[in-house]
Formats: sequence, C-alpha cells, structure tokens
Amino acid sequence: MITRQRLAAGVCALLAALTAGIAFPAGAVADETDQSAPKVELVLDVSGSMRTRDIDGGSRMAAAKQAFNEVLDATPEEVRLGIRTLGANYRGNDRKEGCKDTEQLYPVGPLNRTDAKTAVATLAPTGWTPIGPALLKAAGDLDGGNGTRRIVLISDGEDTCQPLDPCEVAREIAAKGIGLTIDTLGLVPDAKTRDQLSCIADATGGTYTDVRHKEELSDRVGDLVERAADPVVTPVATEGADRCEKAPELKSGLYTDRLEFGRQRWYKVSVDPGKELRAAVSVADDRAVNPDYGVLLRAVTVHGREIVRGEAAGTGRTDAVSTGLRYPKQDTDDDTASAETVCLQLTTSFSAAAGVKTSPGLPLELTVDVVDGPSGHHDVAAFGLGRGWWLLGLLVLAGFLAGLLWGWLSRWRVAVWRTN
Amino acid sequence: MRITRMLGAALLALGLAAGPAAADSSPSPSASADGDAPTRAGSSFRTATEIEQGQSATASGSTGDYLYWSFPADTGQRPTVRATVKLPATHGSETWQLDVYDGLRRRQACQYGAQTRTAAQGAASVELACVLRTVRGWSEPWADDPLPGTYYLRLTVVDLAAADLGQPVSAEVRADSKDIGGAAAVDGTLGKPLVPGIAAKSAGQGDGSKTAVLSSFGRDDGWSSGWWSDRWVWTGIGAVLAALAGIGGYVLTRGSGRPSRVPPTV
Repeated sequence: MITRQRLAAGVCALLAALTAGIAFPAGAVADETDQSAPKVELVLDVSGSMRTRDIDGGSRMAAAKQAFNEVLDATPEEVRLGIRTLGANYRGNDRKEGCKDTEQLYPVGPLNRTDAKTAVATLAPTGWTPIGPALLKAAGDLDGGNGTRRIVLISDGEDTCQPLDPCEVAREIAAKGIGLTIDTLGLVPDAKTRDQLSCIADATGGTYTDVRHKEELSDRVGDLVERAADPVVTPVATEGADRCEKAPELKSGLYTDRLEFGRQRWYKVSVDPGKELRAAVSVADDRAVNPDYGVLLRAVTVHGREIVRGEAAGTGRTDAVSTGLRYPKQDTDDDTASAETVCLQLTTSFSAAAGVKTSPGLPLELTVDVVDGPSGHHDVAAFGLGRGWWLLGLLVLAGFLAGLLWGWLSRWRVAVWRTN
Repeated sequence: MRITRMLGAALLALGLAAGPAAADSSPSPSASADGDAPTRAGSSFRTATEIEQGQSATASGSTGDYLYWSFPADTGQRPTVRATVKLPATHGSETWQLDVYDGLRRRQACQYGAQTRTAAQGAASVELACVLRTVRGWSEPWADDPLPGTYYLRLTVVDLAAADLGQPVSAEVRADSKDIGGAAAVDGTLGKPLVPGIAAKSAGQGDGSKTAVLSSFGRDDGWSSGWWSDRWVWTGIGAVLAALAGIGGYVLTRGSGRPSRVPPTV
C-alpha cells in the first residue's frame, strides 16, 4: 500500500522534475545562482615549516600543491572558489610584520582553473603562521550573497601570533550569524596544533582532519568543496528577548540566535485555531563546556501557563543538544476565534568549563513550523475495527449464538402458529 | 448445504492465510540499486544526508566528526538502524555512539540494540544498532512517541584519546523497518508528518525552482493516509465467519430438513 503510494509519488516527482526542467531553461536559473552561489575559500599555510619532507616522502608544500591541483580540477561549476595564503611573503623576524602576512592569492569568484593553478604553483614556504588574522580576512572575502560559506584551513603548525587566539576569532566569525563553517586539516600535526585546529572547527560546526598522506589531503579537501555545493537552507538571524512581551514574532522557518550561559530566550508564534505549532531547537556547544548539559523549550501562554515542553539532557562529548515540541490548537466552530500567541521559552543548562569565555553566547538553531493540525478524521482503529484471533473467536461465538437463538425463536413461532 | 459448507471452509482458509499474510507484508523498501546510494554524510541536522529505507549509505570522515543522515519512517513501521564504522589501523580504545532523533529533533529511545559500543585498541571496526519503537499515527503532544516523519541519525565517537582525533574512518549505515501493521493502530492521525520545514515547503510549492529544504521527504506526499490497515481484513473475515456460524447455529435448531410430523400438505 505504502509502496504503491511511494511509487505513484516517485512517478509524479519524475514528471514534475521533467516539467520543471523544460519550463526553466538553464539560463533563467543562472541569475539566481549568482546570489546564492556557495562560496569556498581555501586557506593554506605557507609558513617555513611546510618545507618539512614527511608526507609520503615529499614536502608538505608539495602535497598541498598536488592536492590543490586535483581539487581545482574537480570543483563543481557552481562553487565560487578563492584561495588565501598565510605566511607566504614576509621572510623577516619581526613578529608584528610576520603576523600581518596573509594574502588573497585567488579571489572568490567563478573559477578559472589555469589561473588558479598558476597562482598555486608560485607558492614557496616562507614565513610565520598568522591563522587568526587570515581567518578574519577570509571571512571578509566571503561576504555577500546568501549561499553557503565555507573556509577550508590547511595548516601544519599552531598559530604563532598570540595573543589573538584563532579559536576566539573563529567563534566571533560564527557569532556574526552568517552561517560560515570552518573546516580544518592538520598536516602531520603535533598535539598543540591538533588541539587548536579542532577547536577552530568545533567553534563553527566544522570538521577537523588529521592528514598524513597525500591522497588523504586531496580526497578530504575535494569532499569539503563538493559538500559546499549542496543546497542548504540558510537560517535567518533573530534575537530573542528576555521575556515574552518583548519577544520577536516568528513565522514558519529556520532561525539562528545566540544564547548566553544561564540566560533565557523568548520568542512568540501566533497559532490559528486548527493549526499545529511545531518547534525544534538545537543548542550547539562551540567551546569547552562541562560534560553534563541540557536544554528546555517550553510553550507558554501569554498569561504564563505552560502548555507543553520539550526537554533533553545529556552527558559527554556532543556537538549540540536538541529538543522539540508540538502544540495542536483545537479547531473551533466560532468564526470569530482569533489566533493565539504562544510564547516559546528556551533555556539551557550548559556551563562553561573553567577559563572559557562566556560571550558571545552559544549558537542555537530554531525551526518553527505552523502546519494543519489533526483534522478530526481518524485512522481505522476509530471505526471500531479490531484484529486478532480473540476477535475472530468472539465474532464466531456471537454469530453462532445468534443463529441458535433465531432458530429456536422461529421454531417456537411455528409451534405457536400450529397450536392456534 | 454442501456448497455453503465448502464456501465456508474456503473462506475460513482464505481468512487464515490472509490475516497474518497481510500483517507480514513488509513495505518492501524500495532498494533503489545501491549504485546511487549516498556516499557522504551531513555534519548537522540542517545538512543531514537523506537516505531511503533499505539503502546502504556510506561516508568517509574523520574520527570526531558528527555524521548525520535522515530517513523517512511511516505509521506502523518499526525502524531498525545499523551502522558499521571501519576504524584506522592503529588507534586507542574509542567509544562510538549512534543516536536517533525524530523530526522535532527529540532523541528517540532504542528498544534494543547496541547503541553505544567501545572498540578495543586496534579493533578494525565497530558495529552499532538501534531498534526504535513502532511509529504510531498520533500521540499526545506531551508524549515523545515516534510519529511518522523524518528521522535523523547521528553517528559519532563519544570517547577517545586526543591523539586519535581526525583519523580517517569510513562508516556505513542502513535503516530498515519491520511492518507492525494494524497492531500499532491508534485512534488518530497527524495533520502533516513530522517533517521539518514542511510548512515553508507547502507554501512555496509550485514555483518549480530548486530551493533548499530542511527535509524533502513527503514533498509529493507518499505518506500513508492511515485508512488502510490489516484490521479491515481481520474484521471482515470475522464478520463472514460470524455469519457462517450464525447459519450453522440456525441449521442446528432445525434438524435435518423438514420436520417429519408436519404433513406435506401444510
């Protein structure tokens, strides 16, 4: 039954796809994609340590160049790709100068493979490792448009430009709410480099990979670039209030906000009679937090009565803790019945680990859907249909007894009729 | 008379065969040739890779990644999720975990299956499984019973040595389900399945543009309406059997044929 429906749905989808394909020629789509084109910037460490020859017998730089060439060949058409280097130019010993050394090697835009490859070929391992400033600049490069944004950072050493902690920089970039992800790759990293790079990745919901072989590098970078091409819903930034009266009113959609430790966030949703409110929330831990945590989402009336709540708690390593709730508002026959304002209250019990900055708050993602509520027609159980051997037995017994009774009654009637 | 009996016997046999058969008819997961199964996993709920039931999805990643997939599950199905992670050649002891979340991102409990498992030092792979509760058509808003809609899988390592972070791993996941049928029927249906973003999706339908959606399941419906259930078969057969038993009972009271005392002229 389900299969048949799926099949029918599949055929419909196919037809729809074909029709859409005919109705919207490629040219019409091109304009739109420019605005929402996914943007990726590859940030490559060209510091002196990249000279080390420990990746499959070649130098780290050679491995990176080869990987870049392969990735440039395989980059999907719609991806706007840029390349930024850090530590490529300044040879001196002045830390201040060295830490400004980051340069856009190839601007983010439609890719010209030959130009990009030529640019990469000129690179030679040189200077310092200013990861923090490079990330800031890279975020600037990716500004504009509303597509997905991704920075792929390839480095072989930790940042040499303290006190600007690249991990903090990453968190601040993420806090701008522009939906930027930073993926990091460590080339034969030591423990400190690994910690720093994985911290950067965690701060933005990206991934960290440890690279020890050439093909690992090109596979991974290629995969990350391709991943950027997948269409993804970009959340809308919103800012919840500290109580319901001042809360922003949300419609169906995907939202993002920051939630500070120990604070509350309130949002409002208006729900018409006969509609159902669905809200789901994920709070991500983008920094070191204590290992026990939870999240509570409550739907409350404007008068403060709790309608329903969603809660989740957990322990141990996690990227986010999520929960959700649904509230079907009953339909009424009264035409004048107006929409109800439901307040959503969000709190978490994350606590920052010792020595960890608490602002900006933790990033959260909120999905709001107001859909048709249960519409009264029920499934078959409501018709009193049953199943099982006991049901069959009972029906047979009842039928048999009814037959017997009917038979006796009619015999009795015949007997009475004959007597008269 | 004989015809009636034969018919009765035949119906009974049919009923016996059809009842359980209808209950067992699994939804034959459309195993759309593993050739086009996804080879990548998402990194959050928002970017989760969509898979169909019965599809073996693979992904390569790094230890420490959070790998996300999503699949649709319909009323009456009891989904089972399995994951196999191939670990790098050398590694310390690490604990992997497979979590399942519903369309509202509420964590779903596993009835059985090793949801969390620790791979010993140097183990080649680790296998995880989770058998969910049966998806029901409706539940109270205050319960977190599984409802028809999108289900998310999250596969990750939850405990590892710092040196093992970022090592290449590959994972394979698969979601199958057993059809529980009418046994799981409850008195109610949802207006729309629990598919995130379904409100925005139905509003923006028909403009033909390929926009990103949170979850594309049920775009062309495909969800069971809740009108069909094996309860129709059971109850129908029950009614027929009851009627036959009624005739049988009636016949018993009449004896065989016409009463001998009644003169043929009456």
